[in-house]
Amino acid sequence: MTSVSVRDLSLNFGAVTVLDKLNLDINHGEFLVLLGSSGCGKSTLLNCIAGLLDVSEGQIFIKDRNVTWEEPKDRGIGMVFQSYALYPQMSVEKNLSFGLQVARVPQAEIDKRVARAAEILQIQPLLRRKPAELSGGQRQRVAIGRALVRDVDVFLFDEPLSNLDAKLRSELRVEIKRLHQSLKNTMIYVTHDQIEALTLADRIAVMKGGVIQQLADPMTIYNAPENLFVAGFIGSPSMNFFRGEVAARDGRSFVQAGGVAFDVTAYPARTRLQPGQKVVLGLRPEHVKVDEAGAGDAAHQAVVDIEEPMGADNLLWLTLAGQSMSVRIAGQRRYKPGTAVRLSFDMGVASIFDAASENRL
Amino acid sequence: MLNLVANNSMVTEHEAAPDRITSGPRGPKPRRTLSRRNIVVYGTLIVVALYYLLPLYVMIMTSLKGMPEIRVGNIFAPPVEITFEPWVKAWAQACTGLNCDGLSRGFWNSVRITVPSVIISIAIASINGYALANWRFKGADLFFTILIVGAFIPYQVMIYPIVIVLREMGVYGTLTGLIIVHTIFGMPILTLLFRNYFAGLPEELFKAARVDGAGFWTIYLKIMLPMSLPIFVVAMILQVTGIWNDFLFGVVFTRPEYYPMTVQLNNIVNSVQGVKEYNVNMAATLLTGLVPLTIYFISGRLFVRGIAAGAVKG
Ligand SMILES: Nc1ncnc2c1ncn2[C@@H]1O[C@H](COP(=O)(O)OP(=O)(O)OP(=O)(O)O)[C@@H](O)[C@H]1O
Ligand SMILES: [Mg+2]
Repeated sequence: MTSVSVRDLSLNFGAVTVLDKLNLDINHGEFLVLLGSSGCGKSTLLNCIAGLLDVSEGQIFIKDRNVTWEEPKDRGIGMVFQSYALYPQMSVEKNLSFGLQVARVPQAEIDKRVARAAEILQIQPLLRRKPAELSGGQRQRVAIGRALVRDVDVFLFDEPLSNLDAKLRSELRVEIKRLHQSLKNTMIYVTHDQIEALTLADRIAVMKGGVIQQLADPMTIYNAPENLFVAGFIGSPSMNFFRGEVAARDGRSFVQAGGVAFDVTAYPARTRLQPGQKVVLGLRPEHVKVDEAGAGDAAHQAVVDIEEPMGADNLLWLTLAGQSMSVRIAGQRRYKPGTAVRLSFDMGVASIFDAASENRL
Repeated sequence: MLNLVANNSMVTEHEAAPDRITSGPRGPKPRRTLSRRNIVVYGTLIVVALYYLLPLYVMIMTSLKGMPEIRVGNIFAPPVEITFEPWVKAWAQACTGLNCDGLSRGFWNSVRITVPSVIISIAIASINGYALANWRFKGADLFFTILIVGAFIPYQVMIYPIVIVLREMGVYGTLTGLIIVHTIFGMPILTLLFRNYFAGLPEELFKAARVDGAGFWTIYLKIMLPMSLPIFVVAMILQVTGIWNDFLFGVVFTRPEYYPMTVQLNNIVNSVQGVKEYNVNMAATLLTGLVPLTIYFISGRLFVRGIAAGAVKG
């Protein structure tokens, strides 16, 4: 059963087209993350679903009801904003109950729902305070509470954590995940933080220029990106890319990139790689094995440029046949700059894209 | 021996440490009250203040003297014999051409003009500004452009057409007519003021209220109004002083029995019959200026804050 369904949605601001014929189906109880760089139309899409922007074309369904022309309050959604957007002159309690009072919910029911939200979010001691007297994390909790009391099926989050510092962000991230597991609502969550996206999402929609590039679960997005943009956008440090040409020798396939030939016979290609085809080979930093130089074949000899120890793991920046690349290894393995090393690659988890269309092969 | 040396060095280190702390600068940096910078700043301020206060001083002193003393004395001298006679006369007995009941009539006329004009114009302008800033209705841009243009048209070219319009409406010469005129002329600048202030409030707050189900009026009354006290104070000061000090519209659009205080003041000061009673004139002028002056004193601080918060933002 779909909870939210967006059909052929277009949105223009005057002559600027921000969303163009966008389609998206979100299942009941699903946690969907909209991920993309700044200005790609994530907030715009969310505002369209919330009813805060009039769409130029297309339809929006929530719980199989066409809500394209409905007011935000009638759509059965709750929304949490990046700047919290708490009413500054009202106490926390008033903030939570404002929407219910507007909807003329009986006072007993209001009290019950506010108490429940306050308990879930652990903000009971703050109910009498004004927003100015709260910390950033507490404010965001109140903002979530305001969506919670509305008793709705769909929660919309627009970068709720991006105004918080790193530590609070990871704490609240866990809380939001816990909230989703206990409430089992549909949640649509906008962020440009890939860690948030990967940790929270059931499915991620990676957006660019108002178009969804890939819609899949986090592991698929990470391991089998559909195109070059998704591959480069997800992962930190970014995937290593090698531009080259497919070649076949002795019944094996190779990608010849500059001075290096990568043996890609083990790559699970969707269509056979044609010799002479121009491709881009993508290798994640943690999918490269580093050994001492000398032993075995001399094909993949590299030199360590810079070492970035990060505690749990160690990031090496290497030069392989004149091309720079990054490799992630265990934290206790240290290499001095200038050391020569030998690399081997796991082609089973590599990605190969067509150089022209930039799509996965 | 070795032990001793080690001990020694330890002792010196021990002593050096507190020394370093006490000898260096510590705590708030001392400031001399009579530095050259302070003398220049306060000197300038005092001179400027004197420049503006001197006329006021002369007026107050003169208004407290009797006519014989004025004829004799120098204008800076304080009164030898303080008398409130001129103030009483200005308020209750001064003659303006036809009648001799002083400024009091003009005062009450001005109150009856200013209070409704201020309330109505601020109410309408704040709603206009809110609608323009938050609800992008069809034709909003055109409406706004017209308002802006309106703010730059000189009053004088519109006087005659407005006289005709008011006459056709049957309110020419009445207080109602003048209130309408003041409300209309306050509209462009006030709407601009409110629009800019509301546009500066976070947009997400407005969106949150809409998701909460609040409509046009609920958002205005429950969300926007409570956040906008400073800008309302600014608007009130602008309007009260503007309308209270107005002379032109008062003369043009009302009959003598409805003349506002400023017009009456002019008639008293410029009346040609009899001797010029400087003390009465000064008292009358001070009485007329008292209302804007009071407003400034009460809300000057809020005024500055409001201007800083709202009016300068695009
Ligand atoms: N009111 C508007 N008028 C014109 N263009 C707009 C308006 N609002 C947004 N845009 C444009 O639409 C595009 C998408 O904006 P949107 O706010 O959806 O981006 P976003 O993906 O949420 O980015 P961010 O991560 O920075 O929040 C941007 O290029 C922006 O310039
Ligand atoms: Mg955004």
